[in-house]
Amino acid sequence: MKFHGFAASLAALTLFSTTSAFAATQISWWHAMTGANAEVVNKIAKDFNASQSEYELMPVFKGTYPETLNAGIAAFRAGQAPEIMQVFDVGTGVMMAAEGAVKPVADVLTEAGAKFDKAAYLPGIVAYYSKPDGTMLSFPYNSSSPILYYNKDIFQKAGLDVNNPPKTWNEVWDAAKKIKTSGAAPCGYTSTWLTWIHLENFAAWNNVPWATQENGLAGGDVELKINAPLYVNHFQALADLAKDGTFKYGGRTSEAKQIFLAGECGIFTESSGGLGDIVKSGMNYGIGQLPYDSDAPGAPQNTTPGGASLWVFGNKTPEQYKGVAAFFTYLSQTDVQQYLHEKSGYLPVTLAAYEATKKSGFYEKNPGRETPILQMMGKAPTENSKGVRLPNLPQVRDIQNEEFENMLAGKQTAQQALDNAVKRGNAAIKEALGN
Amino acid sequence: MTPRVVFPNKFLPYLLVAPQLAITLIFFYWPAGQALYQSMLKEDPFGLRSKFVWFDNFKRVLSDPSYLNSIKVTIVFSVATAAVAMCVALLLAVMADKVVRGKGFYRTLMIWPYAVAPAIAGMLFLFLFNPSIGSLAVLLRRAGIPWDPVLNGNHAMILLVIAAAWKQISYNFLFFVAGLQAIPKTLIEAAAIDGAGETKRFWTIVFPLLAPTTFFLLVINTTYAFFDTFGIVHAVTGGGPGKSTETLVYKVYNDGFVNLILGSSAAQSVILMVIVIALTAIQFRYVEKKVHYG
Repeated sequence: MKFHGFAASLAALTLFSTTSAFAATQISWWHAMTGANAEVVNKIAKDFNASQSEYELMPVFKGTYPETLNAGIAAFRAGQAPEIMQVFDVGTGVMMAAEGAVKPVADVLTEAGAKFDKAAYLPGIVAYYSKPDGTMLSFPYNSSSPILYYNKDIFQKAGLDVNNPPKTWNEVWDAAKKIKTSGAAPCGYTSTWLTWIHLENFAAWNNVPWATQENGLAGGDVELKINAPLYVNHFQALADLAKDGTFKYGGRTSEAKQIFLAGECGIFTESSGGLGDIVKSGMNYGIGQLPYDSDAPGAPQNTTPGGASLWVFGNKTPEQYKGVAAFFTYLSQTDVQQYLHEKSGYLPVTLAAYEATKKSGFYEKNPGRETPILQMMGKAPTENSKGVRLPNLPQVRDIQNEEFENMLAGKQTAQQALDNAVKRGNAAIKEALGN
Repeated sequence: MTPRVVFPNKFLPYLLVAPQLAITLIFFYWPAGQALYQSMLKEDPFGLRSKFVWFDNFKRVLSDPSYLNSIKVTIVFSVATAAVAMCVALLLAVMADKVVRGKGFYRTLMIWPYAVAPAIAGMLFLFLFNPSIGSLAVLLRRAGIPWDPVLNGNHAMILLVIAAAWKQISYNFLFFVAGLQAIPKTLIEAAAIDGAGETKRFWTIVFPLLAPTTFFLLVINTTYAFFDTFGIVHAVTGGGPGKSTETLVYKVYNDGFVNLILGSSAAQSVILMVIVIALTAIQFRYVEKKVHYG
């Protein structure tokens, strides 16, 4: 009867643990992470649940970033919103405009009595997810920054210095031309996300305005400023290089990664979060800082964060908010942040986690992993470099992409493309604000 | 006059159609009503502030140059897709009709692509014609054609048409084969005895007798190209480059779910609903009666 006793106690145990799980306040967390990053989410949730018994965090995968945002919006309209939702950078303006639907993270933490020290977080990242008055609205979960990758084998073949990646855009153009003319590769340079890298980060890194009202962060009527001479020269150079294939366009999001991985192009700009695939491909790659424009005084300034943050929905019970606060406090712990950073390639959000990673010798073993952090932290952000925000950024990016495609296809000059993007973008912003 | 069927029981017939009615009400009338209502609202994505604006959204949509562009794109795309899908299917059906041995095998092979989901068909062609890794793109480039659907709008449209038509060929093939079988062999034999050649027989006898089938397929193919190709557009071009492949259906999705302009998106789907109702009416009024199903 030993076995029976064991089974009975097991049953009792299961029963007990189920009841305790039911007694715990459930917190759902909708996210858009796949592959290795989804494992990180699940591991963090499991560890958090094991660390205490009052709350049960339930991560739910909801598809791509836009799909997750749409699911959250639909759920909110149906009164079924989750407690926590991961929203990508581009959706930040959409969430901020939804006052009443969301609860600022700063309030969630202070009301729950959790210690909240804003100074503990990386300033560049926190500034982006805060209101103009400094209230932190969402919790930065995964942040990334654009950097330069290059294929060392192609550099060698083209007679370029493999240990010295181009630092300015002019150097990139020259290196790209050399790669093409020497026959080292069929194309010199390619890039993912033209809107994010060549407009939004280009503006911050070179310290020029992207739009009025501190790039939209100060709110109100925003007008795009992306047809200034610095942008026009930059995009005309791209358009000229595109004519003979020295620059190759891949698509609006991260399609160009394929081109670089296939060894077609020697130089590549992409998010630091794209490192994983490049490592996996076994390419002999190198990493450099995002190039800056040598005509811009004071460049390089700092880059802006991409990635996503966690938003808390409104109209929940105090008990649920306490659970959310407990989770965010847990997530801020140095060892959790360090795990997140090393495993996923996203940036740590606290200074302590960054210092700890540095001390562990991780950056010596993984050169280049520190580059995006240094880019973001190098200088205190100016009003041009805190990031960009619009209530309809996805739509404005679409407009910009359409104009770029027409420009790269040779249908218009850079000046025309950027003028059109400003005109159409401003009209779309006005309409979105007129809601 | 067809004889009227009279049911003796007053309630049973209603009870029997009730489940179907319920489904239609819940899955068609309710969402359609919602779309109608929403098409007259201007609101933020979360529905926190909304304003009733009557036909403002329609006015805005119909005067938007990008909407007019997408009407043009849809027409070009639909006509091209229907033409390619039907011509190729007709050719194949005529060929398959002549095969003596292994007829069933050929037919099965021809019908196969119809089972492929649109998004998967899209991915298939996307890979085949991908400028950097596609095997067919490499052949095109070797032949001296600067194939670039990522930046060249015409190339993107050609790619879309091929992917969309490929999927529809099987369906058309099936109907053309049935239509061909319904043509009495005696007519063709008589013409042959009179000395008409194969081409002549096809154009003067077979093709006119296939007309009802062709007309039916024209409506079906147009409807397909209009409404069922979202998955292909989404997978292959995403509406780009520029706006050169943004069809009406894709624009509804893009404005509603990417740009979160719900009122405009709803107005666009109401316009699409009107088009679909018109097409269906045409089909029932003129086509249903004349098609010979064999």
